[in-house]
Formats: sequence, structure tokens, C-alpha cells
Amino acid sequence: MVFVFYETIENSMRNFLLFIFRNHFTFLFLILEIVSFYLLVNFNSYHRASWISSSNKISGNVYQSYSNATQYLMLQQINEELAKENAYLRSQMPASFKDSKDYFSLVYDSLNKRQYTYRSAKVINNSVNKHFNYLTINKGSYNGIKKEMGVISAKGVVGIVKDVTLHYSSVISLLNTRLSISAKLKGKGFFGALGWDGKDYRYAWLNEIPVHAPVTVGDLVVTSGYSAIFPEGILIGTVEEVEKDKGESFFRIKVKLSVDFKDLSFVEVISNNMRDEQLELESTNND
Amino acid sequence: MINRLPGYILSFFLLVLLQILVFNNIQFSGYVNPYVYILFIFMLPFETPGYLLLILAFILGLTIDLFSNTPGMHSFATVLMAFVRPSLLRAIAPRDDYQPGTTPSMHDYGFGWYFKYTVVLTLVHHITLFFIEVYDFSYFFSTLWRIISSSIFTLIFVFIAQLFVFKKNKRR
Repeated sequence: MVFVFYETIENSMRNFLLFIFRNHFTFLFLILEIVSFYLLVNFNSYHRASWISSSNKISGNVYQSYSNATQYLMLQQINEELAKENAYLRSQMPASFKDSKDYFSLVYDSLNKRQYTYRSAKVINNSVNKHFNYLTINKGSYNGIKKEMGVISAKGVVGIVKDVTLHYSSVISLLNTRLSISAKLKGKGFFGALGWDGKDYRYAWLNEIPVHAPVTVGDLVVTSGYSAIFPEGILIGTVEEVEKDKGESFFRIKVKLSVDFKDLSFVEVISNNMRDEQLELESTNND
Repeated sequence: MINRLPGYILSFFLLVLLQILVFNNIQFSGYVNPYVYILFIFMLPFETPGYLLLILAFILGLTIDLFSNTPGMHSFATVLMAFVRPSLLRAIAPRDDYQPGTTPSMHDYGFGWYFKYTVVLTLVHHITLFFIEVYDFSYFFSTLWRIISSSIFTLIFVFIAQLFVFKKNKRR
């Protein structure tokens, strides 16, 4: 009796293995698709393993050498941009301020404490044609870059640092439908959320501006400074078109981005030295 | 079979590099993203065992993912495409079946056969890929347009590559 029982188990086991072996093509297919799907879903959570992102060592090196090879072709353009950036920085020096106080909001300088530190970095990989665009820059934790720091270029806001390795970081570009940043109309104080719709790399949309706000085409759109990532008043773009749907109490504003994302070579990473303090204070508000 | 191995390894790396350094940077009207690396799966010989086909597709997809910040996306689409390949080959087999010593190329089986073969696989790959990329169906028509335009460019590249193979074989 017992013997027969063992025999049936052995038989069904063998049948099972045979079944798997005969259909190994389908099973392998399912396993590989499950692995891919797991990677895909995990990617959406912020805490995914960063080894696979383009800031990892191998791909970072490939992009670095590629960009080294091509930068000779672009020297003229890069020089021009550096010159422009020098001019921009000089314009921020205290000596160049007499009446205008607007520029001082970039460097908040009370009690000799510096709130924001800027580090320059070079873009070594970039895309504008996906729904979720990312950049890779050639500075990492070794140079003091951390997650969730803001990234700007001489012309305006570029994105937010997503992953950091020792020598590279990957940056969520403003041209990523998953990113939305807090923005306001310069000199008017109304603020809203700015995001990209995945279509044209030159335009983004600013929502949540109430209809009683005086918006005109050509108004400057700048960062609001509420998020603890960007300082207040960094340029994002200009108002291109104002739309209002019937019955809505908010405008939909088309913003022409000031940064040309197809033409990025040098960026600056902003660290807010008082960010932890602000976040700690704000975390006590959770009710 | 064995003496063709170096050629396949070389074309793997060549196609990956071409994809990440050249074709990922094509920005033509914002809609065209040709993914030419799938030519590697088209090229594999008829005798390739199923498990090897799937594993190679997975490795190929993951390599592209590694360089474009999209873990799982390309590997998912490429493995699905590789899974379809054997059934497709059976479905479109010529009357006297595939001859030993031939490869799936325009040179061996003609334009009509190769066109059917590549169009179906390219569409399977691109449809999966672009819909995974947008993650929802609210952009249905813009995604559809991206699929069509990108597939056309991928196929153009694939056929240009076939012309080169054609010449090389003729010389021998």
C-alpha cells in the first residue's frame, strides 16, 4: 500500500518535470517577462536599486568617453556659453547691484550664512524625445551631490537629481511627465504647479493659477521657492498662451521654457544648506 | 554555426553602440525613435534553440535599458518579440520549408518573405515598448503615431543593413 503510494508520487513528480521540460520555452518566456515586469514596476518607486540606472559605472564611463570625443566639435559653442555664464555670474556680484534688489533673492545672505551653494557639472547624456526624459551629469556624491538637489543652467531650471553614484548623477529632466515643480508669476505672487505634457520639448504647462490673477502673454514664470529644492525666483520661462476652460476656476497657461533642452552642456547643481531644517519643521505640520 | 559566432558577438555590440550613441539621439520632430537593435534578433539563425533566443533577447533588452534609464522596458518588449519569432517563422515558411545553411535574410528568402517577417516582429516590439513607455491609454493617438513613424524608420534601417549583407554574400 505504502509502496504504491510512493510510486504514484514519483510518477506525478516525473510527469510534472516532463511537463515543464516539454514547455520550457513558454516557462522561460514567462519567467523572463516576470523579471522584466518586476524591474519595470520597481522603477516607479523612488527607492529602486540604482545599479541599473545610467549613473552606474559602466554606462557612465561609456557616455563620458563619448562626450569627451564629441566635445571638440562643440568647443566654439561651449565657449560662447561659458562666456555668457561668466557674464551672468558677474551680474550677480554685489558690486553690480545698485537699485535692483531682485537678483539678491538668488543668494540669501543673512547673518553671513549662505543658504544656497552652487556646483557646476557637465551634462554627458540627455534626451528630449521620450515621455520620461533623464540627464546624466559627471559629478556625484564624491563632489557633494545628493538626491533631490535642484539643477539649473545659465538660462533656467533644468531638473532635480534622482540617483547619485560616486562620480555620476542622473537627473529627472523638467521634460519628464512624472516631474512637477512649484512655480509662480514673477512679481505677482500667484503660484501653481508646472509640468510637461510629453509633447513639445519647448513648452510646459502651468496649472492652478486662479482666474482672477492678472496674467498677460510674456510674463515671466519663476520658481516659487516653496519646495526647499530651488531658491525663489529662478527663471523657468515666459507665458506663451493663456487658456481658460468654461466653468473652470483656474487658468491653463502654456509656458515657453527658457532652457533649450536640446542644447545643454553645462549645468549647476544647487544645494540648500537649510533644507533639512525646513523639512524638519514642516514635518511637524502633519495632522 | 560555431565559425559564425564571432560575427554575432560583434554585431551585438555594434548594434547596441549604434542604438545608444546614434539612434537614441535622433530627434526628428519629437516622434521618431527608431529602435534598430532588434535587428540582432532578426539575424539569429533558424536553428537557434528557443531558450537561447529568449535569453539573448533578455540580455539585449537589458543592455539597452541600462543605457537609457528604463529598467525592464526594452527587455520586456524584446523578450515578447523573441517569443513570437518561432511561431511566426512557422506561419510564413516557404512551400519547401527553410533550407539548412541559410539564414533569415532578404538574400536567401526574397523581399516579400523578409518584409512580412520584419514588419510583424517590429510592430510587436514597438507597440509593446511605446505603450509600456506611456503607461496608460490616454495618449492613444499620439502613441500610435509614434509607433508608426518609428517602425518605418527602424524598418528602413533594417532593409539598408540587408543590402550590405546581400553584397557581401555575392562577393563570396
